[in-house]
Amino acid sequence: MPLLKNGQIQDDTWVVVSEQDTLPSGDILVPLSQLDAGIGQKNGREGRLGVVLASGDEVESLRNFVSQLDAVEVVFPVFRDGRGFTQARALREHLRFAGDIRASGHILPDQYEFLLRCGVTDVVLPEGADVAAWERAHKAFTVAYQPSVQNERAEGFALRRRLF
Amino acid sequence: MPQTPHPALSVGRYSYDAVDKAFLKQRIAQFRDQVARRMSGELTEEEFKPLRLMNGLYLQLHAYMLRVAIPYGVVSSSQMRTLAHIAERYDRGYGHFTTRQNIQFNWIKLEDTPEILELLAETEMHAIQTSGNCIRNVTADQFAGAASDEVLDPRVYAEILRQWSTLHPEFTFLPRKFKIAISGSPRDRVAARFHDIGLKAHPGKDGRTVFEVYVGGGLGRTPVVGVKLCDDLPEEHLIAYLEAILRVYNAFGRRDNIYKARIKILVQALGAEKFLEHVNAEFAAMDKARYKLPESVVEDIRARFGAPVFLPPEDAAEKLAHQRKADQEFDAWVNTNTHQHKQPGYISVTVSCKPPGGIPGDVTAEQMNVLADLADQYSFGELRITHVQNVVLGHVRQDALYALWKTLQTYALATANAGFITDIIACPGLDYCSLANARSLPISQKISERFSSPELQREIGTLRLNISGCINACGHHHAGHIGILGVDKRGQEAFQITLGGASDQSEVSIGQILGSALSEDETVDAIARIIDTYLASRKAGEQFIETCRRLGNALFKDAVYASA
Repeated sequence: MPLLKNGQIQDDTWVVVSEQDTLPSGDILVPLSQLDAGIGQKNGREGRLGVVLASGDEVESLRNFVSQLDAVEVVFPVFRDGRGFTQARALREHLRFAGDIRASGHILPDQYEFLLRCGVTDVVLPEGADVAAWERAHKAFTVAYQPSVQNERAEGFALRRRLF
Repeated sequence: MPQTPHPALSVGRYSYDAVDKAFLKQRIAQFRDQVARRMSGELTEEEFKPLRLMNGLYLQLHAYMLRVAIPYGVVSSSQMRTLAHIAERYDRGYGHFTTRQNIQFNWIKLEDTPEILELLAETEMHAIQTSGNCIRNVTADQFAGAASDEVLDPRVYAEILRQWSTLHPEFTFLPRKFKIAISGSPRDRVAARFHDIGLKAHPGKDGRTVFEVYVGGGLGRTPVVGVKLCDDLPEEHLIAYLEAILRVYNAFGRRDNIYKARIKILVQALGAEKFLEHVNAEFAAMDKARYKLPESVVEDIRARFGAPVFLPPEDAAEKLAHQRKADQEFDAWVNTNTHQHKQPGYISVTVSCKPPGGIPGDVTAEQMNVLADLADQYSFGELRITHVQNVVLGHVRQDALYALWKTLQTYALATANAGFITDIIACPGLDYCSLANARSLPISQKISERFSSPELQREIGTLRLNISGCINACGHHHAGHIGILGVDKRGQEAFQITLGGASDQSEVSIGQILGSALSEDETVDAIARIIDTYLASRKAGEQFIETCRRLGNALFKDAVYASA
């Protein structure tokens, strides 16, 4: 599936791996239950390691592993379920996670700017998605009304932030 | 640096600058794009629905309804004229004030909405977050900045919260809607403990504001009185603390059942202590510098509020006293429909939108224009919508009150019933709403007619009567001294009565069901019997709610059902 990163469409090199004993080489995303195995096999395996957080998973469970992870994926079972926003923001703010945060699942372009402001870097788009709609969404607003983990610069007075 | 208020700024509300105006334009362009994507099929109806709701657009039984935000209930005369124009041009000549101090237009065409939004934007209005599972319009005391019992004007904080919650990146897809109310008076006129978050503001030791924070209150299917989380939250942490509460809610609130998704259910499920632990842990862990609300920001926002310049003639109070003595009808209206002002020589006026037999909160375009003119003439161009669906002129000179009252009379806006049994709160009900089980408006009109005698209403005294057309409780029936709930009884519209609810006194309570549901006419008769019982049983000086609390429901139940 196409990956939207920094406003550009890229090939997604990451593969989501389900429950299995030996992890394949390459960039893999494992479920939380496989995280121990992923970390254990890190040295003997080629490729980067990431974890998939289901929307009910707590970000705190990654606290001891963040330094060993290259990516975390937050999943939106349906676009109305906004838990992924809180997970992404907590990864940045509480765990100081500096790697890629991916968003996958059912997401609308109208949510793109919110995702970015919560710390998401990459969005896994459905096949055939209209990239123009995502570009428009990114440029829709020049100002936001509250601080975010992106630490945008102030716009005039109050809590307003300049988006671009 | 804090700025001094500009005399040209609109009184009682925040005036937009170029950045705010540009933002509104961008929001409208985004909505146009969303409508176009829905038309092209790029968005499914399921996907479009929450997006249009977040811009205040509902699909009701017969047409679209557009709910326009009136932040903290304050609207300027020029904004009111815009609302009148919209009522005339795009609706059927009237609008409907809501319990969240907003206005709804019930007969809107989808294709007209971007144009309406542009008209609204010209006078610094919008429909952002008047619906949807996000932070809704923040409500405040209708006598803010005027009431003699107020310790500070809460509207600057309501505006700060409005701005902070606007398109909040993290809290726009919450488990369910989220309502905040704020009061700056020890006398709670905002029903703070029936909100997801209720704030009571007062000055702290250093002169900066501190907040009492209540959480998890609400009506709806499961009425709950909110619990206190915090006694003395400093101003600088207001945003951080609210972020913490909403983070806990967004992460842990239920999403499997729409009826169990409000924060009150989470607070109940965890217990207040455990919930508080979560909030405190989040608050302790967060980057305080990032979410700090500096004094300078508060003062910068305050500086964009216009302030009235009070110049009362020395004999204003004397003149009013004389006019009251000379005209009994006027005197009765002053007794019920005014509120004591902090500034000598001034008074606040409640303009009743509930004439005998009328529909609560409905106001015609003509009345809106009259109200705008009266606001310009008598109250610094400022109007407030109240959560009981009336209009307040906040700052009226006492010596001008008589002339104001005379004009209100001409336009059926001088009913002397504020706080009385005919000052009914009612939701739109089955006449408009697709959720309703019963029609709220006809029964409301019948009760209003039944008790229309001014003498009888005065005899009954203070009584809050609230009507909801279904269990979702938009008419706040649980919080009424008398509540009426529309239900479906074997395919027929019927009404359940509750007694003993209260939201605006020191003692907050939830009304208890009196007995089985009755037909519309039986219900009106039942209310009459309840009132007769009260009048026969009350002690001297006792109000209805006090008699209710002293006697319990049994006596009233007998009165209603023994002969039914």
